[in-house]
Amino acid sequence: MKSGTRAPNRTIIMTSKPRTLYQKIWDAHVVDTRDDGTSLIYIDRHLVHEVTSPQAFEALRVSGRKVRRPDLTLAVPDHNLPTTARVDADGAMLPIKDVESAQQLAALQKNAPEFGIRYIDAIDAEQGIVHVVGPEQGFSLPGATIVCGDSHTACHGGLGALAFGIGTSEVEHALATQTLLLKQSKSMEVRVEGRLGAGVTAKDVILHVIGVIGTAGGTGYVIEYRGNVFEEMSVEGRLTVCNMSIEGGARAGLVAPDDKTFAYVKGRPYAPRGAEWDQAVAWWKSLATDAGATFDKSVVIRAEDIEPTVTWGTSPEDTAPIGGTVPGPEDFADPSKADAVKVSLDYMGLTPGTLLADVEVQNVFIGSCTNSRIEDIRAAAAVLKGRHKADNVKWAIVVPGSGLVKQQAEAEGLDRIIVEAGLEWREPGCSACLAMNPDKVPAGERCASTSNRNFTGRQGPGARTHLMSPAMAAAAAVTGRLTDVRELMG
Amino acid sequence: MQSISHVAGRAIPFGRKNVDTDVIIPAHWLKTITREGLGRGAFEAIRKEPGNIFDDPEFTGAPILIAGDNFGCGSSREHAAWALLDLGVTCVIAPSFSDIFSGNAFKNGILTVVLPQEAVDRLLEVARTETIDIDLETQTVTTPFQDRFTFEIDPFRKHCLLNGLDEVGLTLAQDTVISGYEARAGRELPFLTGAVTAATA
Ligand code: SF4
Repeated sequence: MKSGTRAPNRTIIMTSKPRTLYQKIWDAHVVDTRDDGTSLIYIDRHLVHEVTSPQAFEALRVSGRKVRRPDLTLAVPDHNLPTTARVDADGAMLPIKDVESAQQLAALQKNAPEFGIRYIDAIDAEQGIVHVVGPEQGFSLPGATIVCGDSHTACHGGLGALAFGIGTSEVEHALATQTLLLKQSKSMEVRVEGRLGAGVTAKDVILHVIGVIGTAGGTGYVIEYRGNVFEEMSVEGRLTVCNMSIEGGARAGLVAPDDKTFAYVKGRPYAPRGAEWDQAVAWWKSLATDAGATFDKSVVIRAEDIEPTVTWGTSPEDTAPIGGTVPGPEDFADPSKADAVKVSLDYMGLTPGTLLADVEVQNVFIGSCTNSRIEDIRAAAAVLKGRHKADNVKWAIVVPGSGLVKQQAEAEGLDRIIVEAGLEWREPGCSACLAMNPDKVPAGERCASTSNRNFTGRQGPGARTHLMSPAMAAAAAVTGRLTDVRELMG
Repeated sequence: MQSISHVAGRAIPFGRKNVDTDVIIPAHWLKTITREGLGRGAFEAIRKEPGNIFDDPEFTGAPILIAGDNFGCGSSREHAAWALLDLGVTCVIAPSFSDIFSGNAFKNGILTVVLPQEAVDRLLEVARTETIDIDLETQTVTTPFQDRFTFEIDPFRKHCLLNGLDEVGLTLAQDTVISGYEARAGRELPFLTGAVTAATA
């Protein structure tokens, strides 16, 4: 009797047609399909931060709705928090000066317990940028559907999860129903093969990819990053790559989970344990894109063509190798792009033909969900070790992605290297990635930044952002100008 | 949610390409905890330009915005949709939209109409002086000059917009289907769908 009622050990969808990683994750999460091609997709993990959630909780309250699966939801503040000392000598939280920031932070602190959601407080060691915290806590898992009211949710795709950003109405929908109504995207393969040169990091790879496909190149697609470069890349590097998928227009980007991923996830606080772990690994191994599966679009890039890369404009597609020059409008065939280049060079205060390596920077920001994990801090510290920031660099901060990254870096002595080099070592948060908290770049000044967006005003009104890798940002801090990090490498 | 079947009136002939959500509503406006009042911050940087279209009295309260390619790219902030609504815009016409923006617009009862560039160029010209008419039922955009452009729209979205249906309520009505999935996935993928608990150190 007992064995007769047990569910047979089968996968949710049986099909012989070769499928992509994206298709497999999608298939496993379909709750219901409608005639018009939309599907109700189950959401396994929902991350919540203070900026995009207040109006969603408000809507739930107004309509008397509950959170369906508080246990699949995790809330943590990040965007608004100052990155200066957070507690006084007695360990009590210092007040947040900005009234509106304080109000958003207080709303999350109140809403999470009210709806029974697990909440990491601003002064907990586990606090950090939501996209750093999810993987770090083992909350984000391979094969999972993961959402957050933030467009860089694609980051978690580095674990082989289907992760994407949603708006506040969808936050409300996911909280209330643990599902989202979605239309399947097309699939795109970005294949990078060959050998990356010295000094070329995951960040350079993704900046180069966006330069090639453009900011709208991935619109309507989910990208799978394939090829030996991603296979050989660390899990943290994959998180960096997937993080910026949205900058290429794609809502999500992922890398197939492999042994490296499993080793990364294993033993983290919310990761599966015991028999469930074995069951999880077996399933995760089955997710890789089948031989013979086809993609709607395919982009192939040679690793040898990628150099340490920086942006010169106000769109993430405005990339150039560090050895290059600032382009001019006439370098672009598309007249609307040429116009945009004119506007953005004006904003950036750059003249076409200028050597990028001659561009001086006054600010350096090493942090953000793209580059604030331990490997990023190590890479920056390796360049800074025994050196000092240039005098023309007025403000240079290193902001770890979480309290745990901070602890780890301090245990390795990286904070001392950073401080001795004249840079500030801060508390975790989004910081100067976006001008929402006190960390801003002054108008008209330039910042070498490891964040993901160089949009007009992103780091503060009038701020001029150059995106690059942590090692390159550290090199810029040392020389006071955009610099090829290879010149500082032994 | 307001139902929407017909939008007629002046249309702001904006037309700029690749307008990201930071341009629609800058980050410092994201600190609100309500949805109202964001119209004041809409297109803030552009509105500092003298003679900008958004402060042209001719277009104050216009229900339609005509935009360029890839409108609403960048950050997923739904504040962009709220800001437009607060300005009085209930329909945006463009050659293409970012996925996230068009989803957010829909969920707030804003109709996004995708038309080929030539059609959008024509509407940009007409909108300078004339009104524009959008009929969701027949999926057409018309002008006083007998221009007539038809557009595609997802049938489900059309149904919801026409009837002012709230997506959360619609999905909650499918509770048994969701519970069915949870039961099945709870057996097959317990590590994803099962209760998440922290390891005790
Ligand atoms: S670090 Fe920047 S991109 Fe990442 S979540 Fe924070 S604000 Fe968004």
